[in-house]
This record gives sequence, structure tokens and C-alpha cells, in this order.
Amino acid sequence: MSLAAQLGGSKRWKRPPLIKSPLLRWLLGIGAALYLAAAFGSLEVNWLRVWEGLDRGWAFVLGFMQPDFVSRWADIKEGIIESLVMTVTSTVIGILISVPIGLGAARNIAPLPVYLFCRGIIAVSRSFQEIIVAILFVAIFGFGPFAGVVTLSFATIGFLAKLLAEDIEDSRAEQLEAVRATGSSWLQLMNYAVQPQVMPRLIGLSMYRLDINFRESAVVGLVGAGGIGATLNTSFDRYEFDTTAAILITIIAIVMATEYASGIIRARVQ
Amino acid sequence: MPVVRTGEIQVWRRREPAKQLAIWFAWLCGVALFMFCWSIISEKTTWFFVFDAPRIAGDIGSRMFPPRWSYIDQLWLPLWDTINIATLGTMFSIVMAVPVAFLAARNTTPSTRFVRPLALLIIVSSRSINSLIWALLLVSIVGPGLFAGVIAISLRSIGFVAKLLYEAIEEIDEDQVEAIAATGASRAQIIAYGIVPQIMPAFAGITVFRWDINIRESTVLGLVGAGGIGLQLQGSLNILAWPQVTLILIAILFSVVASEVVSAKVRKAII
Repeated sequence: MSLAAQLGGSKRWKRPPLIKSPLLRWLLGIGAALYLAAAFGSLEVNWLRVWEGLDRGWAFVLGFMQPDFVSRWADIKEGIIESLVMTVTSTVIGILISVPIGLGAARNIAPLPVYLFCRGIIAVSRSFQEIIVAILFVAIFGFGPFAGVVTLSFATIGFLAKLLAEDIEDSRAEQLEAVRATGSSWLQLMNYAVQPQVMPRLIGLSMYRLDINFRESAVVGLVGAGGIGATLNTSFDRYEFDTTAAILITIIAIVMATEYASGIIRARVQ
Repeated sequence: MPVVRTGEIQVWRRREPAKQLAIWFAWLCGVALFMFCWSIISEKTTWFFVFDAPRIAGDIGSRMFPPRWSYIDQLWLPLWDTINIATLGTMFSIVMAVPVAFLAARNTTPSTRFVRPLALLIIVSSRSINSLIWALLLVSIVGPGLFAGVIAISLRSIGFVAKLLYEAIEEIDEDQVEAIAATGASRAQIIAYGIVPQIMPAFAGITVFRWDINIRESTVLGLVGAGGIGLQLQGSLNILAWPQVTLILIAILFSVVASEVVSAKVRKAII
């Protein structure tokens, strides 16, 4: 049967569907519809409460129009500086730990037991949200920025070691072989064959992680792990939306600045 | 080639001396900055607690095991809520992110001077603020519950989806767009027949990827009252019910791993 006959004689062109099999397409469609009905059914919205809250939402929008940097400036400054300090410390510690783990998690240079061990560390670190890790570390190390630094370093490992390991696995085997053929030791192999190949990407990823760590440092404070989060939480609790807006604008500005700077650095090294 | 001559012998070096010096200086600055930051952290740390940490960790660890398996009966509903927050949040975010992406992409934006910076600002603001902070804000506006979580997740995801999508739009093959335009198609038709089919695989991949991230993020939204399994976690932590905490962490681990497997499978099928 020709295509034209299938379409009832008319020769109208139809866009090809995204999913080719019609049965699968219909099953997925019906499944999605059933799921959405169930999901919306369990989503209870108290519209009265939403309506009452709209005033507060509007107050927040107004706060954004007129952010108040002045009246709580001392607290904001202290929080932001602590966040920045935590960001730098945790990124450096995170990189120092994730480089060996990344080397261990690359299948082409690590033996199987080491590989499995390092991949295990990465999987655990990636599975839990920073905030859950922070709760545990605050319970263990007590309140303060130290718990935050440990949390962010731990989160950095999962991100950086995984991407570094993948980059090492993608690197050119010939170069490794060439350096190995000169009779180099393991350290020399890493230094002269692996490091030059992965360094540009490692720098790029580290800059990116610096950026992420700053953003995350703003939330680990919510559970008592230091940084701007505590100040932010207090301002929410006191409904001082103009101060909240000032803090959020500061965070956005710093994120934009680091993103811009890391863009320049990444463009230079790659 | 950088070569150092010592007497008769020429020795190869990796870098010129000036460059080597500059790199050393950069390292010096970096290490000095790190030590400075570390000294600030160290000042604010009660070291007694840190040295005591292994004992505390052992204590908490011994309280966490064995997990209280019977508690799982009370976790099914929060888990279902968590998945709903992630899925509905992703859906709403797509509705908002697609127009933003088209406004932000250089080749589809109506005006590079006025509209594009605005769209980029929306993207950056959404990306800079963590979903937990959005949730804090929304809980105080719309009240605690699932709805605040859904909105928080969707606001947070706009930036991510729109950023990746607009980059995909900027990378499309312009010839196809030109071909459609040459048939006399309107602007909407150009988008529907020239651009959308090209970005569809990327779009589906981004959506599933973000959904996977959102499952992870929605597990903690309950900590600030925005529904999901985080509420149970907060409750169990408050009453120091460590065996329940362990079970909740196991449940979170399972759902995160499951969502990651699903997302990896779907992305592999698309690409």
C-alpha cells in the first residue's frame, strides 16, 4: 500500500512523529494522561491561602524594586564574606581530594579494585543533596562554617572526580604509551602524559565548580553550616523582604561576575 | 624551544623561564589566598568539636542502624508527592522556559538590544537562586505544601532549561530555516517547521535531564515546608529518630538512582 493510499488518497504531507511506533506512542500518551490526572488530584491547593499570600508576594516584588542594602548591611557583608571564604576553601580542598579519586576512577590507568572503590565514593557523593549532607555534618562537627566547608568539599568530589575520570578515559592512549615506552615511572606518566591532556578541562571544571559552590554556600547556611544562608533565612522569617531582596541581588551579582570571569579564564585555557 | 645551556650540554625544559616564573607567582597567590581563607574558617571553628567528631559520628552511626523498616508504610505518600513535585515542576518550567529561550537565542529574538538582555537576566536570576531559597520564599507567599514546592522547582528550572535550549537554537542549521522561509512561510510557521524539528531531540534530552535533577532537589524541599519526603526527614531529625532517618536516606538514594537510570535510558534512546 502506498503512502498516499494510506492517507485516504490525499497526498498531504504530514510531519513525522517524534516516537515512530504508533502503539508505543499511544501507550505513552495514555500513561502520561493518567499520571497527570492522579498527580493533579493529589496536589491540594488552598486557593484562599494563596489569595491571602499574594499581598506578601507583592510586598516581595516591591522589596525587589527597592532593595534595602543599608539597615542590615553589617550582617549581609559578614554573611557574604563568609560565603566567599567557604567557597574558596571548599573548592580548593575539593579539587585536592578529587584529583586522586578522579585518577583512581579512570578505567584506563587504575586497576579494578581501585576503580570500583573510587566510583563508589563518587556515587555516594552525587546521590545526596548538599543540604542533607550539611545536616549530617552539622550534627557531627557542630554549627559553623567548618561543617559547610566539609559539605561543599564532599559535593565537589562527586562532580569533579567524575568528570575528570571521564576526561582521562577519553584521553589519547598513544601519548600514554609513548611516555610509558621511555621507561617512565607512574608519577612521570601522570605528569607528562595525562596531566597536559586534561589540564585545560580540569581548570574549566574547577572554575565552574567554584561558581556552583558559591551558590550552594548560600543554602547550607539554612541548616546552620555558615555563610549567607542564615542571614537570608532570618530575613525571610522576619518578613523583611527588602533585605531579602538585597541579599538575593548581591548573590545574583556575584554569580554573574564569577560566571563572566570563569568564561574568560576558560576561553584562555582551552 | 625552551632550552637551558649549562656548559656544553643543552637541557630541554617545558617552559621559558619567564613563563615558568609567572606560573609560580600565580600559584603563590593562589596558595596565599587559600591559606588566608582557611585561617578565617579556622578562627570560626570550635576545634574541640572537630576533634571530637569521630566519636560523635560513631555514636550517630550506631544509632542509625538498623534502619526502622516498618516506617516505610508512612513513606509511600511522601515519595509519591516528591515525584509529583519534580514532574509537575518540570512541566510548568518548560511552559515558561520555551518562550524565554526563543527570546534569548540570537537568531530568533525580536530584538538583540532590548529583549535578549532581559531574557538573559531571567535565566541568570533563576539559575543563581537555589530551589530551596525559592521554596522558602514561596512557602511564605502561598503557604506550606506541595504547591509551593512545585512552583519553586519550576522557577528554579526555567534558567537551566532556557539556557540549554537557547544554546541549541543558536546551533541550528540555518539552511533549513531559509528553505522554509523561501516557501513563503509566516514567522510562526518558520519556527514550527524550520526550527522546532531541529531542536526537538535536544529539548527532550534537556527536559529529562532536568527532571532527574529535580527529583534530587525535591527530596529536600520539605525541610522548609514545601512538601515531599523532606518533611518526614525534618520530622525524624527533630525527634532524633535516627533509624527513621536512615530509612528515609535509603528511600531517597533509591529514588535518585532510579530517576538517573530512567533519564539515562531515555536520553540514550533519543540521541
